[in-house]
Amino acid sequence: MTRTTKLWLALFGVLFVAGCSGTSGAWGWYVIDPSTAQGQSNIRFLVGGFWATILLSLIAAALSMMIGLLVALPGMSSNRWVRLPSRIYIEFIRSIPLLPMLFWVFYGLPVVMRSLGFPITIDAFWGAIITLAISDSAFTAEIYRAGIQSIPKGQTEAARTVGLTYSQTMRYVILPQAIRRILPPLANQFIYIVKMSAFASVIGMQELTRRANELVVTEYRPLEIYSLLILEYLVLVLIISFFVRWLERKMGSDESR
Amino acid sequence: MSAERVIEISSLNKSFGDFRVLTNVDLSVSLGERIVICGPSGSGKSTLIRCVNGLEQFDSGHILVDGISLEEPGGVDRVRSEVGMVFQQFNLFPHLSVLDNLTLGPMKARGLSRTDAEALAMEYLERVRIPEQARKRPRELSGGQQQRVAIARSLCMKPKIMLFDEPTSALDPEMISEVLDVMVELAQEGMTMLVVTHEMGFARKVADRMVFMDGGEIVETGTPSAVFEAPKSERFRAFLDKILQH
Repeated sequence: MTRTTKLWLALFGVLFVAGCSGTSGAWGWYVIDPSTAQGQSNIRFLVGGFWATILLSLIAAALSMMIGLLVALPGMSSNRWVRLPSRIYIEFIRSIPLLPMLFWVFYGLPVVMRSLGFPITIDAFWGAIITLAISDSAFTAEIYRAGIQSIPKGQTEAARTVGLTYSQTMRYVILPQAIRRILPPLANQFIYIVKMSAFASVIGMQELTRRANELVVTEYRPLEIYSLLILEYLVLVLIISFFVRWLERKMGSDESR
Repeated sequence: MSAERVIEISSLNKSFGDFRVLTNVDLSVSLGERIVICGPSGSGKSTLIRCVNGLEQFDSGHILVDGISLEEPGGVDRVRSEVGMVFQQFNLFPHLSVLDNLTLGPMKARGLSRTDAEALAMEYLERVRIPEQARKRPRELSGGQQQRVAIARSLCMKPKIMLFDEPTSALDPEMISEVLDVMVELAQEGMTMLVVTHEMGFARKVADRMVFMDGGEIVETGTPSAVFEAPKSERFRAFLDKILQH
């Protein structure tokens, strides 16, 4: 943890504790005061959204990484007709704002599927996952492309001359080298997904933001509740950052060039 | 020559846009023959040998390698399994140990077990005289050692033909001979070799035939003794003057 992060955390903590102790004035920390029964139950309700947010983000990020690779690989073909669908996908998907896409997937996609003869229902959880994964995949695809193209052409040539096929070359030679270089931008995307998962609240997904909204409606203390909400995201993102740093060190230790 | 023809290049043409890289190149190579290709930069010599294993595509003409045409479906893959290649920049896989660099091809492309592949790899590391470096990463090795690993990596695939694309051009002067020594040994064992190089001492020692290229054409061919004594073309004479004067 850097010194700055520690300082910010300390500042947050002090504000939080100071707010909790006083119940007068603009602050009304009593709503999330851990020393009262009501405060405890409110905190439990808010923090209960963690799992949904984490699960949502993890599944969406995993899907996005898979879709991104499948989109990126044909995007680097020497054949323009193979490249074209990949380019169209990326340009189209990354131009759609997340919220409209979420509405389209949640309210529109089931209708489309039904008319095609696949009567499916999409709940808020999967609606959010599909939207986040697809929306994000356009960005991961570009990250993969940048990473793969940064590996010298001679690596592919050497791999092909020792008899590896295209997919073996990717799997054993190019991707292991590329993944180290794209870890930082991929981590950025993951953090982005965690934050964008807040949009799932608008279609009724019971994650962190939705729960905060619901509590605000009953308690009418938006300042305190949303402050805690921000803190919750901060904790999540910091955990991810530490994990990624660790991963980078682990991979960097046996790094090339 | 009556020996078996292993490479047959006929009327090969290639251009990058308006720039003609190769113009009507004909060259046939017999089994066991050692050919040194030289010429000024941009003369198309690297492009020519890169065409032989399909790393470069050509516009017209034909290449047959061991009877396999590069244009036939799957031809490039079959040709590559018979042709090894050593690059100027070594192109070792930096994320793998030296040993894993050597075993990757035999295991994934030939289906050898790890044990067999490692035994094979160690055999060739012995031959290029760096078995003790097997567990190291390429970047921990000197340039000369890296190039010898690259040669061993190609040999692990038991190629019929070896292509060398300026194998010593990226090396510090004191490391050139250790790589050339390995190549001379390989030549003495009867390997068919196409070598793009400016190392004229090497050419004199091992080449059966010299090929001089300029402007995308083969200008002159002949035995080293003949061409070094009396180059027929003015361009070759001028080229040799330039590279031999010091």
